[in-house]
Amino acid sequence: MTETSRLWPCAIQGLIAAGGLLLWFVVTQSGEVSPLFLPAPDAVVNAWVALVRSDEFWPAVGVTLTTIAAAYILAAVAGLLTGWLITRSPLLTRAFEPLVSGIFAIPITLFFPLFILLFGIGQESKLAYGAVYGFFPVALNTIAGFAHVDRRLVDAARCMGLSRFGLFRHVLLPAASPVIFTGLRVGFFICFASVLGGEAIASAAGIGHNIALSAELFEPARMYAWIVCVVAAALVLTALVSTIERRFRDS
Amino acid sequence: MAAISVRAVSHSFGLPGKQNRIAALKNVSFDVAPGEFVTILGPSGCGKSTLLNMVGGLLSPSEGAVQVDGTPVLQPLPERIAYVFQESTLFPWYTVEENFAILLRCRDVPRSEWRTRTLAALTSVGMQDFAGHYPKQLSVGMRQRINLARGIASDTDILLMDEPFAALDEQSRMVLGEDLSALLGRTGKTILFVTHSLAEAVFLSDRILVLSARPGRVKATVAVNEPHPRPPDFMLTSDFSELRNQCYALLRDEIRLAMAEAVA
Repeated sequence: MTETSRLWPCAIQGLIAAGGLLLWFVVTQSGEVSPLFLPAPDAVVNAWVALVRSDEFWPAVGVTLTTIAAAYILAAVAGLLTGWLITRSPLLTRAFEPLVSGIFAIPITLFFPLFILLFGIGQESKLAYGAVYGFFPVALNTIAGFAHVDRRLVDAARCMGLSRFGLFRHVLLPAASPVIFTGLRVGFFICFASVLGGEAIASAAGIGHNIALSAELFEPARMYAWIVCVVAAALVLTALVSTIERRFRDS
Repeated sequence: MAAISVRAVSHSFGLPGKQNRIAALKNVSFDVAPGEFVTILGPSGCGKSTLLNMVGGLLSPSEGAVQVDGTPVLQPLPERIAYVFQESTLFPWYTVEENFAILLRCRDVPRSEWRTRTLAALTSVGMQDFAGHYPKQLSVGMRQRINLARGIASDTDILLMDEPFAALDEQSRMVLGEDLSALLGRTGKTILFVTHSLAEAVFLSDRILVLSARPGRVKATVAVNEPHPRPPDFMLTSDFSELRNQCYALLRDEIRLAMAEAVA
């Protein structure tokens, strides 16, 4: 793509963001919508500044980010290992691929109360819930990636005399990595959403908990201020994930 | 001693006793002498590629045995046999040069020689300017030329080629065929070549094994007594057309049989 054509998508994105903000401003100014549901942008900005300055902000962010990180590391490591081990045998692949994708199709949210019963109201339950939910896309894509490597390339590698490690390093891994990366990315955002969602439903700490609490205390400006933080975090993390992915793909 | 020896080989796909069990090859025996170019010619689905996979050690025959230089083939033998597949098997995530590097590393070639060896191999197929390209940046024909060069660069005594020109247009096929004939005249490799092109078989081979429709067996052997490298003019001679017609006469009924079976 040329430099000019790269600018257009950014311009469109900027326009949409500006349009959204303008709409928000107009709607709140019109008085048609109760400020209880949607406070004015300036009220949210004020609440956000107050929030960031408050003593509870960084501890809550820290708790949530730590939980997400821990849940994701568990999900990624377990998912990659499981996927790799299953695809070592065509029989296991045929047995487990539909099983794993079948379980992933079940809304695991329904089992959230079970996680609370098992791990309590603390962060452990959110960690476990996020890890379990994030495990499935990682495992599923790892299976798909390794199980569907072009047979001819594997044959060609064997005929050239590549060692087992060479086959993994030069054929299986590069062939599977785009699919595995998709799984890792989806798994990450599922972990992110699950931990925050879990915190909002039943928790004693974290960003999700604070969002739910603000709503219950009729502090919509504060609630939106927290949501702004989540949106910002999601944007930063998306950018980070794509950068890491591009780095890895280029090397 | 024969370079390649195929003894009473039969092969079936599918489980024994099942309806969908297909007999691909039946009691196939032949030898290939060192330095000989032998082509397996036959209608589609007659088990040509199956046979080649067995010699390459990618498949074990249901019955019979395959030997290379007197040793039974039970797995790929990278030191002795190189395999050029029907479609390019260049690794798409590596450049042409990196693809060669993987092969040369396997062949224990010192790193300092990689570049010269790669360029020499590429030059032999006229692709020396594309070492830094990724396979997807090249046309099908260019990829297959490089694939062929990589097979030859393996520097094994035996080369197996499974319709290496099938994906090419007629003009490229002819030019590459000439190149191959010239290349092989120099290297003295033993070649087992699979094709369904009559002209290709006659132009390249010392001997042609005509296979029957499925289950494939050796129906006849046609010898081509013309020294390598063969000039393109060989194709214009009456010897060439006679051999070509002889092969076609042998194949015609088999092709009809294969087609009838495909319909039924």
